[in-house]
Amino acid sequence: MNIQIRPILVALRRHKAGTLLIALQIALTLAIVCNALFIIHQRLANLSEASGVDEADVFVVANYWADVNRSTEQVDAQVRADLAALRQLPAVLDATPASGYPLRGGGWDNFVTKTPDQVKPTTDAAVYTGDEHFIDTLGLKLVAGRNFRPDEVMVMGTQQAITPPTAIVSKALAERLFPGGDALGKSFYAMGTTPSTIIGIVDPLHRQGVDSSSNSYAGQALIWPLRADDSKGIYYIVRAKPGQLAAAMREAPKALFAQSRMRIIDPKDGVQDYATIRHKVFDSDRGMAILMGIICAVLLAITAAGIVGLTSFWVGQRRRQIGVRRALGARQRDILAYFLTENFLISVAGVALGTVLAIVFNLWTMTRFAMAPMSMAYVGVGVLVLLLLGQGAVLAPALRASRVPPVEATRGS
Amino acid sequence: MFAYYFQLGLRSLRRNPALTALMVMAIGFGVAASMTTYSVFRAVSGNPIPDKAAQLFTPQVDAWGPQQNLKGGEPAEALGYIDAMALMRAHQAKRQTLLYPVQLSVIPGGDRDMPLNATGYAVTSDFFSMFEVPFRYGSGWSTQDDDARAADVVISDVLDQKLFGGADSVGRTLNLGGHDYRIVGVASHWNPRPRFYDLFSTSGFADEPDVYMVLNRALDLQMRTGGRNSCRGSLDFTTWQEYLQSNCVWITPWVELDSPADVAGYRRFLTNYAAEQQHAGRFNWSPNVRLRDVVQWMDYEQVVPPESRISLAVALGFFLICLVNTIGLLLAKFMRRAGEIGVRRALGATRGEIYAQYLIEAGTVGLAGGALGLLLTAAGVGGVGVLFRPEIARLAKLDPSLVALTFAVAIVATVLAAFYPAWRAAHVQPAWQLKSS
Repeated sequence: MNIQIRPILVALRRHKAGTLLIALQIALTLAIVCNALFIIHQRLANLSEASGVDEADVFVVANYWADVNRSTEQVDAQVRADLAALRQLPAVLDATPASGYPLRGGGWDNFVTKTPDQVKPTTDAAVYTGDEHFIDTLGLKLVAGRNFRPDEVMVMGTQQAITPPTAIVSKALAERLFPGGDALGKSFYAMGTTPSTIIGIVDPLHRQGVDSSSNSYAGQALIWPLRADDSKGIYYIVRAKPGQLAAAMREAPKALFAQSRMRIIDPKDGVQDYATIRHKVFDSDRGMAILMGIICAVLLAITAAGIVGLTSFWVGQRRRQIGVRRALGARQRDILAYFLTENFLISVAGVALGTVLAIVFNLWTMTRFAMAPMSMAYVGVGVLVLLLLGQGAVLAPALRASRVPPVEATRGS
Repeated sequence: MFAYYFQLGLRSLRRNPALTALMVMAIGFGVAASMTTYSVFRAVSGNPIPDKAAQLFTPQVDAWGPQQNLKGGEPAEALGYIDAMALMRAHQAKRQTLLYPVQLSVIPGGDRDMPLNATGYAVTSDFFSMFEVPFRYGSGWSTQDDDARAADVVISDVLDQKLFGGADSVGRTLNLGGHDYRIVGVASHWNPRPRFYDLFSTSGFADEPDVYMVLNRALDLQMRTGGRNSCRGSLDFTTWQEYLQSNCVWITPWVELDSPADVAGYRRFLTNYAAEQQHAGRFNWSPNVRLRDVVQWMDYEQVVPPESRISLAVALGFFLICLVNTIGLLLAKFMRRAGEIGVRRALGATRGEIYAQYLIEAGTVGLAGGALGLLLTAAGVGGVGVLFRPEIARLAKLDPSLVALTFAVAIVATVLAAFYPAWRAAHVQPAWQLKSS
């Protein structure tokens, strides 16, 4: 094989343009494909992020009050009655009031500090409010400490800022605040004048949004024992008995309307199970992964087709030359090896340039779209795929070349 | 000559069917990917109010200070109650409005038995004239109504359709959240995208608002914002009054300024205002203000979703690869006919004529690629719902301008790609070809 490389390189100089075009195409394809693969992998990783919620049995009711001219006490009485009615339903295991829920797609977050006079926050955290049923309703795993007691639950009216003295935090927030794993019993401030003491730690608990602006506090969340009796409305998170999700989702709004008709539960998306919630919030991630997948596939097909086209042309052009070589004793496999080697050399030049382009493209997306740096593994996979693709694409024309009979040497060009 | 070369081009499409099909497919896919992503990009980055974008400005005043404001020393993206009211009272612009989103319930009346949800904005009277809101019936309210804190509302034609079957409802009474309001106007369909006037609370592509109400009235009713609310430091308010005095930002201000002199004047006013606040001891930092127009504001708020930019960039890369591919294939296609070119040259054809013939032939390939690309673009535009949020996907349309652009891009790109192969074809040595064949 070694002895063939020099004559191949010399021969390549005779069709510089074609060689350059194939190499350039391989380089550009590599740059796009490995960045696309990287985007696909990142988006798919998002899709499977754990929420911490027992998603099979949990659903959310978005309940708006029609009559907003009520005192906090009146709203609270209604909320308590609603919760009692929900918890009594045959298909329902438990229910909690909430200001938001994991994967909602944005919502309440507070800066968190370790001391009351600290100006620069230590971190950010998604804020959830709920009563002593919150953890069990969502199916969160308590990994340390205890749940809220009923007497710890406070009531917060519209436009009030109340800081409960206790909080349950996600393990990620506990670690961020108190690295070393001794957060239990310690206190923090979340934009309040009074400290909240960590009485329990859950793991995991997803934040409400999934957009990149909230990436800095991914997994960091706190739960306050609060019924946020907002005059606008409230979320009821409901956990169905195993296997009775559909029945519970039918019963819940009926039970709520039986309590009072002065409420609005959107008939279209007022009641949503977690499959729907997850599907909606990751819509664009899934779409991006699909689009990138299609682009990769079509791109590889087009590149392969381009290689087949140009190599076929070369083989056609060099039939006489091949015939001469065959007449001089070259075996079919020598001709085959010649074209495979030729393509391999061009491909190597292409992937070398492509590696540089891929990194440049990644750096550009990093500065422009705040994307993460790409692992070199993607480039490695891309290089391998393109080398194999090149060899595969050249195989058919190379085989055709190897079958050129020696008699071709005697014909006119 | 053009017609003849065009005919030759059409004929040659059939000569190397495999090579030609490859090229047509490459161009078709490339142009379709670019056009589909471009249609979305165009929809989300368009100017929502082209004739007035340069006269509308949103003032920003830093009420948080350098230690607590946003990245890069930028002031908050909205105002708190104190600063919003101060700007309004100073009245330093030709027109001005304050606005914040409200969430309301439409209480049943007549034959309806279920309450409805309604979203909208608390605004001042200038809102309608500043943003050129079109009316089907009636109009907005007057500045006197602002001052009188009138219970006036403007509703959308969608809500009018829902409640009154599309009839002229001006003068009728509507119960929102337990309070009666008088309908003074019904807006014709009006939902600028992106929603430049409220990029603080929305991503810019929300559904059309149902209701516009008098801002002072909403404040009297202690109607909290239905949108975003952003605060700094420790929050210790327990009443509406305390909330209004807090550093929380939630109100978006807009002013209309006609000339560069007015803009400079308003900027001076903002700086002076911030300086006064500093002297009064409310701010302990030097004035930090901004005055951005619509386009600058959309840029700053990064309205275009990252998916749209990334996919446009990737699609353009994809198209570039398709063109490189086309150059190679055209080279192969043209050079196969070196003998034929040699004969034509020997018979007296000039290089220019060979050049013209092959460029026109490439143009026909581009035309075929454009036709395939158009089919694929139509499929792609129909399928953008898979990739983008439905409210954005709806905006991507295959209109005549996109059809024209698809063909133009396909043909121009292919002809550009053909320059080098055609140059090579034109430089075929007639003597050499004749001798060897």
